[in-house]
Amino acid sequence: MENLKDKVAIVGMGCTKFGERWDMGVEDLLVEAAYEAFEDAGVAPADIQAAWIGTVFSGLSSITLSPLALQYIPMTRVENMCATGSEALRAATYAIIAGACDIALAIGVEKLKDAGTTGVKGPAIVGDNIDGTSGIGPGYSAPASFAYMATRYFHDYRLEPEEGRRLLAKIAVKNHHNGSLNPKAHFNNELTVEQVMKAPIVAWPLGLYDCCGVSDGAAAAIVVRADMAKSFRVDPIYIKALSICVGARQGAIRQDYDFVHIEENVLASRKAYEQAGIKNPRKEISLAEVHDCFTIHEMILYEDLGFSPRGRAREDIDAGTFTLEGELPVNTDGGLKCFGHPLGASGLRMMYEIYKQLQGKAGPRQIKNPRLGLTHNLGGNAGTGIASCCIVGNEKG
Amino acid sequence: MAGIISIGAYVPKYRLSLEEVSKFWGVRGASGEKAVAGYDEDSLTMATAAALDCWQRCQEPVDGLYFATTTGPYKEKQGAAVIAAALDLDRVSRTVDFTNSLRAGSIAMRAAADAVNSGSAQRILVAAADCRIGAPQGRFESLLGDGAAAVMIGSGPIIADIEESYSIFSDFTDLWRTEKDKFVQSAEGRFIETEGFLPTMQEVLREIMKKTSTAPQDFAKVVFSATDARSHAELARRMGFDRKQVQEPFFLQIGNTGTAAPLLMLASALEEAQPQDLVLFAGYGDGCDAFILRVTGNIGKIHGQASVKQKIARGMIINYGKYLNWRELVPVETSSLPQRSEPSVTARWRERKSIAALYGVRCKDCGTPQLHPIGQKIRVCTKCQSKDNFEPYKFSDKKGKLFSYAVDQLQPTKNPPGLNGVVDFDGGGRLICELTDYDLDKVRVGMPVEMTFRRMYQGQGIINYFWKAKPLEE
Repeated sequence: MENLKDKVAIVGMGCTKFGERWDMGVEDLLVEAAYEAFEDAGVAPADIQAAWIGTVFSGLSSITLSPLALQYIPMTRVENMCATGSEALRAATYAIIAGACDIALAIGVEKLKDAGTTGVKGPAIVGDNIDGTSGIGPGYSAPASFAYMATRYFHDYRLEPEEGRRLLAKIAVKNHHNGSLNPKAHFNNELTVEQVMKAPIVAWPLGLYDCCGVSDGAAAAIVVRADMAKSFRVDPIYIKALSICVGARQGAIRQDYDFVHIEENVLASRKAYEQAGIKNPRKEISLAEVHDCFTIHEMILYEDLGFSPRGRAREDIDAGTFTLEGELPVNTDGGLKCFGHPLGASGLRMMYEIYKQLQGKAGPRQIKNPRLGLTHNLGGNAGTGIASCCIVGNEKG
Repeated sequence: MAGIISIGAYVPKYRLSLEEVSKFWGVRGASGEKAVAGYDEDSLTMATAAALDCWQRCQEPVDGLYFATTTGPYKEKQGAAVIAAALDLDRVSRTVDFTNSLRAGSIAMRAAADAVNSGSAQRILVAAADCRIGAPQGRFESLLGDGAAAVMIGSGPIIADIEESYSIFSDFTDLWRTEKDKFVQSAEGRFIETEGFLPTMQEVLREIMKKTSTAPQDFAKVVFSATDARSHAELARRMGFDRKQVQEPFFLQIGNTGTAAPLLMLASALEEAQPQDLVLFAGYGDGCDAFILRVTGNIGKIHGQASVKQKIARGMIINYGKYLNWRELVPVETSSLPQRSEPSVTARWRERKSIAALYGVRCKDCGTPQLHPIGQKIRVCTKCQSKDNFEPYKFSDKKGKLFSYAVDQLQPTKNPPGLNGVVDFDGGGRLICELTDYDLDKVRVGMPVEMTFRRMYQGQGIINYFWKAKPLEE
């Protein structure tokens, strides 16, 4: 198998403000993100040779991308639940490596707030099956499926519920602090641990502020052959690794799954580290954007991604390891928690933050001398997951 | 000769305090409690639970399932077939719905005895349940309760011989519901009692005693249904039965459970019976069926399961608002959350065995029991990837433990907050499912659970039955 390290570079990115964009349709979000990326890369729409559009609910087929009025080029819609945005980037990268094109667009969009309901429209109730056997089985919410992890984590590591919830609250507080420094984030408010602890319960032990925002938004990347990158800009970002690992519901079917880790996360990150030549992720990775759909997942990800030893994320949370000033800042832009989670856009939104950080353009959130950044998405939930990891760097080699 | 082989009962967990109802309406009213079927229960699910209880006391195969109720879930479509599928009965089993009469339970018992005596069946399981609704603020709201009971009739091993039976019909209009009536309608109370219930019952009980040359004092227990406590006591007085002989009708504890009531009382009587006891049993409604039963030395076989009295004592009080909502007696705001998609009739049919009796598979290569979380067929083993090499494996009768859980405010339920979690079955296999009939204060990791057949949410008028986990009663 060929290593894709340093063969493709990102030369332009765009991201809309996330949030309840009542005034904007899918077409507005797509145009806003794409044109920021075009301008950033210094390309014209006519330069794009192929495009991948990722969305979960906001349009069928690549016709979803028609608002950009690209003229008869190959376009494909991709979908991989919450890993959809990263999937678009993966497809575009592979096409360039295969030599099918030299300049491609990867774009993700989700318009959730036209549903007329609270929450995510579509199979938000996990028992509903997309393939037609809908509505037969049990109904439980997405927060519940992550609450199982919190219940079990607290049980296995002997944390009293209040103790465990306080740890999770610190993650929400950190991400809201980061988001408050980010005008494009859905929410811009700071939170206190007490506010998080006192918020209404959604799925015990998770409360309102343990859950990410339901948002509208889009994000886009222009990718090119690495050897062409410097002709677009002086500070391109090189793709070091892309990996995806999909479960077969093993954890939902078999008793040997423990609900305190997600195997898909572990395997996707290992594969990515191998491709990028990373031996010690905690030391070598400068910053990470991870899938904090619920605070408990970010906590478990510290361990799944090898940032903290198994069962010891607590010590790192208490030490501030993952804050902006910490040893390994995580979710510097606010994360799903505060930046918001338009499903199909999230993977590329994460990449947008890493891209800006690696270029030194992250404003008040800028961390010192970053070299390598990681994005991580999880589609599905504990037991039934689709995990994606991307690693990028600002230098070749 | 046909006799009773086993009995079973089911009393829903919830109770409504009649004092609270009176207080709500600001009227002087009844005291006591009534049993209330959960928001996810109906006559069919309660009958299934009673039938399983009956079966657990006597694991003999049956040739048929008779379902007796006046509150079946469908006007057109058989309830007995749904129950038989949930019980995983053999495909050649006979299924019949006995309905429209409060006497349907005893009618079904007689029909079952006839089938056995004719030699066409070895054993028939009769399950009776009702969930009748009285108009709010009315007498029947206080009077009626929900419950189920089951009786297995067969040629052996018998716990009570049917020594005699006697029936009459009567076209007497006392209680009724037409297709348009949600609530039980009734003629004047005094008229019902003095011209209907009392003379009909007296006639039949005297006649069966005459046929068997028995006298009131010969019976260890007398078990009969009635509309209310007053008419029940009046019949006992007129017949000359001593208070000690008369089976407690449970009116104050659970209410009048309709078709289930006489069978529920019979189950309780037999749980306390001694060998050689003579029992007089009668069901009333559009006439009367009476039976004389002789308890045999096998009666100890039915012990071991929770008794009717224990089931009645396990109630949990709900408030009146919840009751009104569960029975759809008040309009309530619809959820602002996205609606679930409709159940697919064709998908339900394709996976009927998995849905009806909670069948999964066990891999013949690695031995792993597995159940698909959204009711799909498992073709390839999730553990060893062996293809199409499975044997059927039933999960509905397996107990399990709660591996993890969430108290879910977003779960669609009429008894919020919802509770769902990961159930690990004893012997292997896992299911992420809804829980029901829980006491939130007692929920914990490792809690023992069992499976129960319930109504899931309803779409397109189809009643979507499936299995939930519930805490195992200690």
